[in-house]
Amino acid sequence: MTHDDTLSRRDILKKTFALGSGVFLCTFAVKAAKGESPDPTPAPKGAGDPTGSYKLPNGYEPSAHYYGYGIDLDKCIGCTRCVDACKTENSVSRTEPNFRTWVERYVIRDDDTLEVCSPKGGLDPYPAIEDPGSVAKSFFVPKMCAHCERSPCEQVCPVGATLKSPDGVVLIDKKYCIGCGYCIQACPYGCRYFDESTRTAGKCTLCYHRITRGLRPACAEICPTGARVFGDLREKDGPLAKFLREHRVQVLKPHMGTRPKLYYHNLDKEVR
Amino acid sequence: MHEAAYAFTGYIYPNEAKLLWSVLIVLYPYITGLVAGAFILASLLSVFRVKAVHPTYRLALLTSLSFLLVATLPLLAHLGHPERSFEIFVTPHTSSAMAMFGFVYAWYLMLVLCVEIWFEYRADMVRWAGECKGLKRLIYRIITLWDDDTSPRSVQMDHKIAYAVTVIGIPSAFLLHGYVGFIFGSVKANPYWASVLMPVVFLFSAIVSGIALVLLLYQVTAHLRWKKADMACLDTVGRYLLYALIVDFALEGLDVIHRIYVAEESFDILSLMVTGKLFLTLVIAQVLLGGLVPMLALASTLVFRIPDKTRQWLYVVVSLLVLQGIFFMRWNVVIGGQLFSKSLLGFTTYKLDIAGREGAMVALIIMGLPFIILTVLTWLLPPWVDNDAAPGDHGATDKPEAAAVPAQASAK
Repeated sequence: MTHDDTLSRRDILKKTFALGSGVFLCTFAVKAAKGESPDPTPAPKGAGDPTGSYKLPNGYEPSAHYYGYGIDLDKCIGCTRCVDACKTENSVSRTEPNFRTWVERYVIRDDDTLEVCSPKGGLDPYPAIEDPGSVAKSFFVPKMCAHCERSPCEQVCPVGATLKSPDGVVLIDKKYCIGCGYCIQACPYGCRYFDESTRTAGKCTLCYHRITRGLRPACAEICPTGARVFGDLREKDGPLAKFLREHRVQVLKPHMGTRPKLYYHNLDKEVR
Repeated sequence: MHEAAYAFTGYIYPNEAKLLWSVLIVLYPYITGLVAGAFILASLLSVFRVKAVHPTYRLALLTSLSFLLVATLPLLAHLGHPERSFEIFVTPHTSSAMAMFGFVYAWYLMLVLCVEIWFEYRADMVRWAGECKGLKRLIYRIITLWDDDTSPRSVQMDHKIAYAVTVIGIPSAFLLHGYVGFIFGSVKANPYWASVLMPVVFLFSAIVSGIALVLLLYQVTAHLRWKKADMACLDTVGRYLLYALIVDFALEGLDVIHRIYVAEESFDILSLMVTGKLFLTLVIAQVLLGGLVPMLALASTLVFRIPDKTRQWLYVVVSLLVLQGIFFMRWNVVIGGQLFSKSLLGFTTYKLDIAGREGAMVALIIMGLPFIILTVLTWLLPPWVDNDAAPGDHGATDKPEAAAVPAQASAK
């Protein structure tokens, strides 16, 4: 009714604006309090899934390492022991379509037709090849997370539950993941899955609980032919550096700009 | 020889066997699109002072609010851990497109829509608080913050502020839905989604769906209240719907032509999908029934002299067709984008469950909620503007002068 009333309304607006700004600023304060920065802290949370309560062993310094993985396709015989070992080591569901690693079999015929299969990731037997006489070439390709340098899954996670640890391993904090699935959509290689048991995303951790103790990931450990080469890119005389020095390597979908650290030797053009 | 190399046996990465984003994620862009579209219709007409359609102005605002209030529900129902959803607000990961959702949503809901509606209705609510009794009176008192100023000066101030909010609101609505398009368009791993046109296509399809919804709701509410819908208003909204449809159709056409012409690596699998698994939902439901038929029907109202009654029915049918068309557009993007493997060698399938957390029942309930909210809102904040106001009709008698104000005020 009066001029004062109008002012009081204005006051209310001012206060509302102040409150809104306060809430907005608080989000940054909380973030700072939680110790989050664009560069993730050295101790990744929840790396040792499935429990999600893993702590780094004493004396392990993540920034002293930078892990990668090499696969010599000439040596892979498709035994798929790696798939089985991964499931066991990391308690990955054997009933749900959840795979941290799998092995694909490619058959290319004389007429250039392509047949690809990976029955249950390779846990089920590969079907017999019909008409073997017409096969031009056939080979196996183990697949797993490439722990990309520019990982799109890490980029898109709305809460930062996916993080790239300083040692170059892309990990998920399962206590923090909201289960939106955006990372699963963002991975060009199909390496992520939705884990029904935790209702969060799941992926290869390079057996983080093992590698931080100086052990190799289960898949590399069990490979009977030495096709899988795990190593530290900072270790100049290490197995991975040697593999990269002695072989010409290729990565999957290089045009995605993800800079994968999963290097294949003798990769065929048909493999995606 | 080369063609034969693309023959495939249907291989998908083993993790892709289960389609992740269900019908609920289809509803998310659909509902947000209706919010943005209804608001853009209201605001553009208010800013550009299109008087003929002002009977739909308040209805469009309330429709927008009703849908915005449920826009987060399908997302929450879909999340693996809905109880952690607040983390998006509290610790947003700044590099993530999705992390901005909280801020875009809150900005739009709190600062644009609610403020605009409040200033639009304030003087009326003060008046209704004097006229009504009991609960309704208390609600009006609380919403108006016990303000009782209805002086011409304060009303004029309301309109000035509402106008300013509308001007801010238009880019905000563009942001809201363009942003939803960006969430999909920025996924480079998915060749069906990754497109710079995606935010623009989403935006225009949102405008199309919002206009269609308001056009439909205006007629339905007029019918339910035994009122005659204003034909001049219907014709004008219908014309805007046609323009929006043409822009939307052209943009989507451009996307298709571009994809066919550049024929990238993913072209073969995508064309197989569009002509196969998506034929019904894309070619028939979206393009033919949701695009071409409504465009021809709306164009016919401009070319031929069609009797009022027939034209009104035509608008109802066109709105329904457009609304289903945009729903299937969202469906084709969300579900279609997950049907083919990123290995580009095969397809997976999606089966919509009836019951269950992400089933059709939940989707229907979520889609029904905005209409319940709208019913309550129209009871509390009657948006009706009737030229043939019958004496004694509550909604009609207390509205005409007040509702006519915004258009006049904004014309000043």
